[in-house]
Amino acid sequence: MRTVKLFFAVLLGTTAAGSVFAGSGTPDDASKIIRGRYQAVLGDCAGCHTKQGGAPFAGGAPLETPFGALVPPNITPDPETGIGTWSEADFFSAMKRGIGHGGKRLYPAMPYPAYTKMHDADISDLWSYIRTIEPVHNAVKANQLPFPFNIRLSMLGWNTINFTEGEFKPDSQKSAEWNRGAYLVQGPGHCVTCHSPKSVLGADETDGALTGASLQGWYAPDISGNSYTGIGGWSDDEVVGYLKTGANNHSIASGPMAEVIENSTSAMKDEDLKAIATYLKSIKSEPAKPAPVKSDDAHFQAGALIYHDTCSACHGGEGQGGRQLFPALAGSPIVQQADAETLIHVVLNGSQAARTATAPTTPAMPSLAWRLNDQQVADVLTYIRNSWGNAAPPVASSKVADQRKP
Amino acid sequence: MTRIMPRKDVVIVGLGWTGSILAHELTEEGLDVLAIERGPWRDTATDFNIGYMQDELRYAVRRDLFLQPVEEAMTMRNNTSQTALPMRDYGSFLPGNGVGGAGVHWNGHTWRFWDSDFRIASHLAERYGPDKTRELQLQDWGVTGAELEGSYDRFEYLAGISGKAGNIKGQIQPGGNPFEDPRSRDYPLPPLPMTYAPTLFADVTRSMGLHPFPTPAANLSKDYINPLGIAMGQCTMCGFCERFGCANYSKSSAQTTILPVLMRKKNFELRTQSEVLHVDLDASRKNARGVTYVDTSGEEYFQPADMVLLCAYGLHNVRLMLISGIGVPYDPGTGEGTVGRNYCYQTNSGAQVFFDDKNFNPFIAAGALGQTVDDYNGDAFDHGGVDFVGGAGINCIPTNGRPIQTRPTAPGSPRWGSEWKKATVQAYKSTLGFSSQGSSYPIRGNYLDLDPTYKDRFGRPLLRVTFDFPDNDVRMSAWITGKMEEIAKSFGGRQYTASPRKKGWDSVPYQSTHNTGGAIMGADRKTSAINKYLQSWDVPNVFVIGASAFAHNAGKNPTGTVGALAFHAADAIRQQYLRNPGQPLVTA
Repeated sequence: MRTVKLFFAVLLGTTAAGSVFAGSGTPDDASKIIRGRYQAVLGDCAGCHTKQGGAPFAGGAPLETPFGALVPPNITPDPETGIGTWSEADFFSAMKRGIGHGGKRLYPAMPYPAYTKMHDADISDLWSYIRTIEPVHNAVKANQLPFPFNIRLSMLGWNTINFTEGEFKPDSQKSAEWNRGAYLVQGPGHCVTCHSPKSVLGADETDGALTGASLQGWYAPDISGNSYTGIGGWSDDEVVGYLKTGANNHSIASGPMAEVIENSTSAMKDEDLKAIATYLKSIKSEPAKPAPVKSDDAHFQAGALIYHDTCSACHGGEGQGGRQLFPALAGSPIVQQADAETLIHVVLNGSQAARTATAPTTPAMPSLAWRLNDQQVADVLTYIRNSWGNAAPPVASSKVADQRKP
Repeated sequence: MTRIMPRKDVVIVGLGWTGSILAHELTEEGLDVLAIERGPWRDTATDFNIGYMQDELRYAVRRDLFLQPVEEAMTMRNNTSQTALPMRDYGSFLPGNGVGGAGVHWNGHTWRFWDSDFRIASHLAERYGPDKTRELQLQDWGVTGAELEGSYDRFEYLAGISGKAGNIKGQIQPGGNPFEDPRSRDYPLPPLPMTYAPTLFADVTRSMGLHPFPTPAANLSKDYINPLGIAMGQCTMCGFCERFGCANYSKSSAQTTILPVLMRKKNFELRTQSEVLHVDLDASRKNARGVTYVDTSGEEYFQPADMVLLCAYGLHNVRLMLISGIGVPYDPGTGEGTVGRNYCYQTNSGAQVFFDDKNFNPFIAAGALGQTVDDYNGDAFDHGGVDFVGGAGINCIPTNGRPIQTRPTAPGSPRWGSEWKKATVQAYKSTLGFSSQGSSYPIRGNYLDLDPTYKDRFGRPLLRVTFDFPDNDVRMSAWITGKMEEIAKSFGGRQYTASPRKKGWDSVPYQSTHNTGGAIMGADRKTSAINKYLQSWDVPNVFVIGASAFAHNAGKNPTGTVGALAFHAADAIRQQYLRNPGQPLVTA
């Protein structure tokens, strides 16, 4: 019975897809494709499926996961190396259930656990747009995982434990704006994919959603409404400004978030960004500010000297930063995350700001790995995390040593 | 075997200030633009790293960011009776190298020349009669101050200059320079906060009836976002400007004001580490086909282009014209020919006042943080009773307190040993220096040409600089330095020194990198290499942009005028030239 149902679904899907292109060129089709293009922005498809300097959507740079490398495939309509032979039903199945053409199971690095929440109409629009992308012949070997993770069928078990299929259900008690924000964050924007803690199986934890997670050598911070580690201290306009330009008075995006801003959020409509701000700020999370490390602590004092020699010329004597160029450290949520992974990453490797139409400067922080040893990095971060009203656990030099390894 | 590259609309030689401005303007016009740069790519975070940028030995003493003679040397002599010899090290002036050019390592003094400079020959003849300047080869530039006002304004707002207007649309502004020409609006940023030495200099000169004002500075007094949307930061006054890149995004340069936007444009391409050997002309010699360049592998390329813009350092522009056969070389014997003509420099002098009881904290500094008096500059004062024309800005701009090279000692101090140490410790904190930035006027015998003997690594003749300070300028410097002595006395210090510029230009000690002229602009093609739009009279699809266009050098640092001329040329190309490409914008 199940098989029959699926058969009909596929058949209907194919018919539907066929109908879209039967009358190509009608204004309705055009507006559907334009809507679909915006869905691709919301979903940040290019973020993974386009390699830097590569053809759009023709395959991305490898994603390093704790289980091994996965390479985002070519999703242009090329029949041999892309998804040219896919039907709309295949696409729906991939987005909603993580099962692609021919029943192939996708790994959840493709964020179908979030995309499953997308409205069918939005997915249909996105499909229309994807069919119009220039086909590019580029073979990608997507699955580079070691045994046993390279067995795609293992995802069947993973899904049974970790994945709940189903479209976003609005909360009638909340405003339309809040619901739009929740939809964008949980669904197409897939913010949870990076910002929610992961289980040992690599699934997004439902508890503590959006309260921060470690990711490819960075720490995707708490983006809940918590005013200590989250964005509760930011006005709606400041949240919108950050997502639109990559910078606001509190912070400058770096690392993977800089890419998300360049490819996705900077191209979102202001009302969608405002909705995201409304939703994120409504999320409650636990962290309460601890007592800061005492100023007579030897590591704090060593860090103070390093800070004033090495950091203060740009970040200011009081950690106040400088507009659009140097992020403020005082009162900064990213500085006070429980996990200092991002801070260590930036000090060791440097970092460059996002480039957006309204903030084209792309200022950069140089690498200080050659200048500061592990203990010095730990000390200066302990100082920064506990000065000017900041408070966060001290940083251990062993943690810096771990991250310094190539 | 020369590889032929795909055609471009525009090829730009050199990506410093002028190359970046032109590239930005012409890519905005939709043209496909390629810049070819001899030196390396340079970027703030990676190349002017805050962790090691303040390395005086590496950057100031060993001159890490500068052109080295092994890449290109020049020969020098004082007059045509001598045999020129190669400079084995750059000393008197220090050309830049790499993306950003000399605009990376300047101090940041950003001046406007006056209408009486652009019309210098006519102006002086009208005021003093023709005999006053007979020993000089002064020429009008073919433009007026009013024509360039908008271009100056654009450069100052691009660069976020800190200063105080002295004349807005004819209204004299208290606290600014009362001698400047009218400007349409004030500087984009207020002056830098003053340190002690320039504050004292302002007090003393004001008490003498002079008119001190804050030096217009490309060291930013506040955070700034320029018209391209690029953010710059407030200067921290670390005192590492000249000879250094700025690690704090606080000194205006191509890197901090244009490149973040330019480098992302799809119709712009940059090839670094590639040296243009010459401009290729067609058989008519009136049209450039493109340029030939060589990369670090030694491979040679021909780059076809509809337009060639020479935007290298002024001296290099002149050499490329001479090597490529663009225009007629200047002959000092007859005074005929144009390329190499009216080479000028800067006629500077210095004064120091030594105190017992003052501490100037010289390490709190910025390249252009100071005070200037222009009462004795250009033709701001009556030259009827003096035996020279020209003048100098007198500047108290303590640019740095860097430990190796800022080592003043009073005359009579021992030159070594423990007594020298005592003297240098005492004098470091308590010495006030000020200087004159003197005009340099052309004479027939000062010029640039190709050396007959010495060649570069590609077999091309080196540029030969024939120069000595003209008698007029030496008399000017003596008179100005006398005025500086009056100021020095008024400070009431323990003792002072003053040293006017003397005859006998020496290429060894550093003096100034303000080398001007050689491919000068003008209204008459017999006496100028380029027209008022910086377009070659002889090869109209070649524009030559830089201080090489100056018909003389005023008593001011040149970069503000270089930037203004870049915008002036860009406007002419966008608004006029592109309607009739390949045609002269001025017929004469």
